[in-house]
Amino acid sequence: MTKRAIDKVLVANRGEIACRIVRACRKLGLASVAVYSEADAGALHVELADAACAIGPSDARDSYLRADKLLDAARRSGADAVHPGYGFLSERPSFATAVTEAGLVWIGPSAENIADMGDKERARVLATRCGVPIVPGSGRFDAPDLAGIEDAAAQVGYPLLVKASAGGGGIGMRRVDEVSALRATALATQSMAAKAFGDGTVYLERCIPVARHVEVQVFGFGDGRAVHFHERDCSTQRRFQKIIEESPAPGLPASIRERMADAALRLCTAQRYEGAGTVEFIVDATSFEFFFLEMNTRIQVEHPVTEMNTGRDLVALQIDFARGALEGLEQGAIASRGHAIECRIYAENPAKHFLPSPGTLERFALPSQSAHVRIDTGYRAGDRVTHFYDPLIAKLVCHGDDRTEAIERMLDALLRTDITGVATNVAFLRATLSHPDFRAGGVSTGFVDAHRAELVERKAA
Amino acid sequence: MAIIEIRTDITGTVWKVLKQVGDTVEEDEPILILESMKMEIPVAAPERGIVEAIHVQEGETASEGSVVARIKA
Repeated sequence: MTKRAIDKVLVANRGEIACRIVRACRKLGLASVAVYSEADAGALHVELADAACAIGPSDARDSYLRADKLLDAARRSGADAVHPGYGFLSERPSFATAVTEAGLVWIGPSAENIADMGDKERARVLATRCGVPIVPGSGRFDAPDLAGIEDAAAQVGYPLLVKASAGGGGIGMRRVDEVSALRATALATQSMAAKAFGDGTVYLERCIPVARHVEVQVFGFGDGRAVHFHERDCSTQRRFQKIIEESPAPGLPASIRERMADAALRLCTAQRYEGAGTVEFIVDATSFEFFFLEMNTRIQVEHPVTEMNTGRDLVALQIDFARGALEGLEQGAIASRGHAIECRIYAENPAKHFLPSPGTLERFALPSQSAHVRIDTGYRAGDRVTHFYDPLIAKLVCHGDDRTEAIERMLDALLRTDITGVATNVAFLRATLSHPDFRAGGVSTGFVDAHRAELVERKAA
Repeated sequence: MAIIEIRTDITGTVWKVLKQVGDTVEEDEPILILESMKMEIPVAAPERGIVEAIHVQEGETASEGSVVARIKA
């Protein structure tokens, strides 16, 4: 392992994750440099860091997404390393390369790792090559040719989805339950896709009607060795965005969890993965069959869930690995204890289809932190939550000896959360945690949509 | 014919203006799309009409409650 001295870290992000990284730097005795856009001039992450550099206008495209301005800030401040956090430029291989070429230490996976996993097709090929199951799919059918589609469908298995190659985010997708409906649906999808996207190509993919989203936290050493920090269940989502994450995944048999962790490690080994990453799986809620979705090559929003359960500081590990100071991280010593849950508090209005709610935080009272309650936020009372950035205003993370205790602590923590000036999902989170299906454990990704009206109305028990 | 003012209920950056003055819009058809907190939010015509004026440009901030367009219905 090459030792690379780091004294000062440029935190190329904002909000709670920037604050989180600044804290890790302080713990390791390193100086930190914040960057800020015009809208963030007085933000908490700027106040917490040892130094700060302005990087331009509020629109992220003109500030947090500008590699040249971030590198300039690093040069001006004398930083010798860059931590990208999540989002923004964290998964751009070109940024990782530019940081390294500027003579700075990149605190994250190699540009090659990021590129390999960022290309979804390449990631699927790599996963298949190392025996990690992927959602069964077919080759492409160019409009109007459907020759051999019945055989392809039989191989994929029913129910399946006919998907437009040029579609995305659920658009251009139709479900087929049996062969009798296959040809007509495929033709209709081809014709719709040709009109909507100018490309009528379709393919088939197995539909997993009731699915859970479970991911494995991994850490690679760049030489083919890697360890995992167990899994997180992130099935509670609204509009494809996670709102509650927990670990361990409730009701998932230990044998399945082990197999998922093994699969995640094989993927790390095959690509000589460096540093922290997350391997995401879609899990059939009934059969527990699991399939690789994608790998996120960065620290994840929900990493505190894992930190609460394992007692490990993942951001500090990232920094130590980047400077060649990481020693003695053995799989056997990474135990998951008890149960941890994270709730994401968003400035949004659940009653209005989760419409964002920018504004000024008139009251922003959060529960006290303790051994069982952790709060990650980038805001204080009086701060403006602007429309320029994502609506995440705080993460509450609670730990208990078991799931029930963790949920009870979270309900109590949410009760002590008093935020005014913007609409929030606090009451919605309490209603979700109190719902009998959630309490029973193992809800699917469709849970929030199926119960939205009830959860908006419902008062937490 | 009545002039209807179209207001936004949310502050956001004008991402795309989809209609021009003189265009016909159907009920619930988006006139422009705002971007707020990483979400795309369409601002639609409340009824069928002809676009009389568009008061914002792409890249501008539209504040909550402000009039972004007028239609003749």
